[in-house]
Amino acid sequence: MTELTLIQGVNQALHQAMKKDPDVLCLGEDIGVNGGVFRATDGLQKEFGEQRVLDTPLNESGIVGMAVGMALYGLKPVAEIQFLDFIYPAFDQIVSELAKLRYRSGGQFPAHVVIRTPYGGGIRGGLYHSQSTEQLFASTPGLKVVIPSTPADAKGLLLTAIFDEDPVLFMEPKRIYRTATGEVPDGDHRVPFGKARIVREGTDVSVFAYGAMVPTAFQACQVLEKTGIHAELIDLRTLVPLDIDAVVRSVEKTGRAVIVHEAPKFCGFGAELAAILAEKALYSLKAPIARVTGYDTPFPYTLENLYLPSVDRIGRAIQRTVTAG
Amino acid sequence: MVEMQGPSLPDPELLKVLRTMALGRAVDERCMNLQRQGRLGFYVPLEGQEAAQVGCGWALEKGDWVCPAYRELAVALTRGVPLPLILNQLYGNEGDLSKGRQMPNHYGFRDYRFVSASSPIGTQIIHAVGLAYASRYKGEKVVAVPFFGDGATSSTDFHSGMNFAGVYKAPVVFFCQNNQWAISLPREKQTLSSTLAVKANAYGFPGVQIDGNDFHSVYRAVREARARALRGEGPTLIEAVTYRMGPHSTSDDPRRYRTPAELAAWKSRDPIERLKVELVGRGVLSEADFETMQEEVRAEIQSAIQEAEKLGPPAAPSIFDDVWQNPPPNLEDQRREFEEFVKEGVVRP
Ligand SMILES: Cc1ncc(C[n+]2csc(CCOP(=O)(O)OP(=O)(O)O)c2C)c(N)n1
Ligand SMILES: [Mg+2]
Repeated sequence: MTELTLIQGVNQALHQAMKKDPDVLCLGEDIGVNGGVFRATDGLQKEFGEQRVLDTPLNESGIVGMAVGMALYGLKPVAEIQFLDFIYPAFDQIVSELAKLRYRSGGQFPAHVVIRTPYGGGIRGGLYHSQSTEQLFASTPGLKVVIPSTPADAKGLLLTAIFDEDPVLFMEPKRIYRTATGEVPDGDHRVPFGKARIVREGTDVSVFAYGAMVPTAFQACQVLEKTGIHAELIDLRTLVPLDIDAVVRSVEKTGRAVIVHEAPKFCGFGAELAAILAEKALYSLKAPIARVTGYDTPFPYTLENLYLPSVDRIGRAIQRTVTAG
Repeated sequence: MVEMQGPSLPDPELLKVLRTMALGRAVDERCMNLQRQGRLGFYVPLEGQEAAQVGCGWALEKGDWVCPAYRELAVALTRGVPLPLILNQLYGNEGDLSKGRQMPNHYGFRDYRFVSASSPIGTQIIHAVGLAYASRYKGEKVVAVPFFGDGATSSTDFHSGMNFAGVYKAPVVFFCQNNQWAISLPREKQTLSSTLAVKANAYGFPGVQIDGNDFHSVYRAVREARARALRGEGPTLIEAVTYRMGPHSTSDDPRRYRTPAELAAWKSRDPIERLKVELVGRGVLSEADFETMQEEVRAEIQSAIQEAEKLGPPAAPSIFDDVWQNPPPNLEDQRREFEEFVKEGVVRP
């Protein structure tokens, strides 16, 4: 065990994967000599050379498309998109190609690519360095969507992603790249997909969060604990595959649900969670489901702290949900 | 235009070339009719592009990668893909390796390194660069060849593919069939570039424009580009100038946008006729031999169609297969629900 930050967890997973398997290559903008604009790939090119750590031209469709070609051959490319906000030129490659190759070829041409990308607000990044659009990808059959919230999960989920057989969008909560710290197992640490993590157990209400919202929601739960509300906090870890059992089981126990995410509310991932609870746990619900989310606006710059779900907003939603009905 | 003179291959091999071109043409004729009779859902003809497709395919080696668009039936034939496998894809039947998942002409044949085609224009161009890079990384001496049209040279991934291939000196042969039309848009409205080949200059590697209706020119240009790529000198763009003699697809009516005179002019440059005349002229083949060849290929097609039409659709629950290697629980729920529907007769496969 070593105490690491979340981004160090990412870096360690990449180092270990590349060391273990010569078929793992990394490609992206500024990831080589510079080690990535956030330093997630620091030291990789020095250790593994330019053949395996490619500084690419500035073209996201090219990065993902080239990775798809490498994966068609059988390599395990890890592509970096510098910010999730800049992934849209590659949307076609992700949605039309990467996610569909296995299916459209009847299983003849699977393409296993991991796309790592920092996402989310709270870094004074304005509209184009802050967004959370996981729902666009979670609704694309054929892709997996993974969002860690701790250094150990960052490492363990990324290693699982790289040695999985399905394409993975690996979204890294950049706001907590350096503030999330914790013990990380030193070896080949793998965290399985589809297993949510119970961050804290509780009996009164279930709070669902992922990525950078986990520490914020955790704080809200801690504050409420002092008022006698025992909230259960669940970190989903992987949106696809989703640990549906864990979601349903928790609400069967608590009877109440609060869903937290940074993305806009309308058609956000919370809508899917609410629908699942309506389908599978309606008779356990004692109060309406609450969603604490970003607003249905583009992401603002100066007023971003008013846009993002805060400890207070989450706390108020929990309180109301617990006292309702 | 670079004009190349004289036969590129020994005569016995040229006879096989001619037969493959004739087979491609005959499949086309039959499939257009099958679609009109309602036996095929859709079809994309390649008529007029046989020399370009067979010429390029013939110049490749077994381990080379092909990243096709949807019009590349004769490339598949040249790569040795058995006709029944091609027909099964057109029918989307239980013998289709793609399990009936795609519209006709979107083939994929792993064993022939013929990558599964998609509909979005141009996306395969950059895949070829990744395949070429990966092949070189693993020490294989092969090239990757993306096939695309004149229209695709305006697409995003034409640019990304050309640019990445140049930067990494990837062993790629970019093979553009300039068939003069992108559905209804003529070549001159696609770009102000004087030629498509000239675009390679901006990416730092050679572009050559060749007569795409002359088998020999195509074959030689691809051989040369392939050798160059394998010497580590980087990619080449080949613009094969040809003509789509048929409609864009069975859903298209070219009378809306082009003149009969234009079509007639190109028909006089028919690539199959051209090779045939050459071989007849040299005494390698008689008109009667050619007739026999035509009858043979028609018989081959007839029996393949009969076999393809005997096969049923893919098994109903297979719609849930191959989305993920390890499917999420929601998909497993849907599969179970579907199986119940079948049992209860709610859906009837
Ligand atoms: C991205 C995208 N836009 C539009 C279409 C519709 N479309 C299908 S084929 C085609 C023309 C393609 O022309 P070209 O690249 O010259 O190939 P050709 O059909 O002539 O072989 C268009 C516009 C598409 N398939 N993909
Ligand atoms: Mg065209």
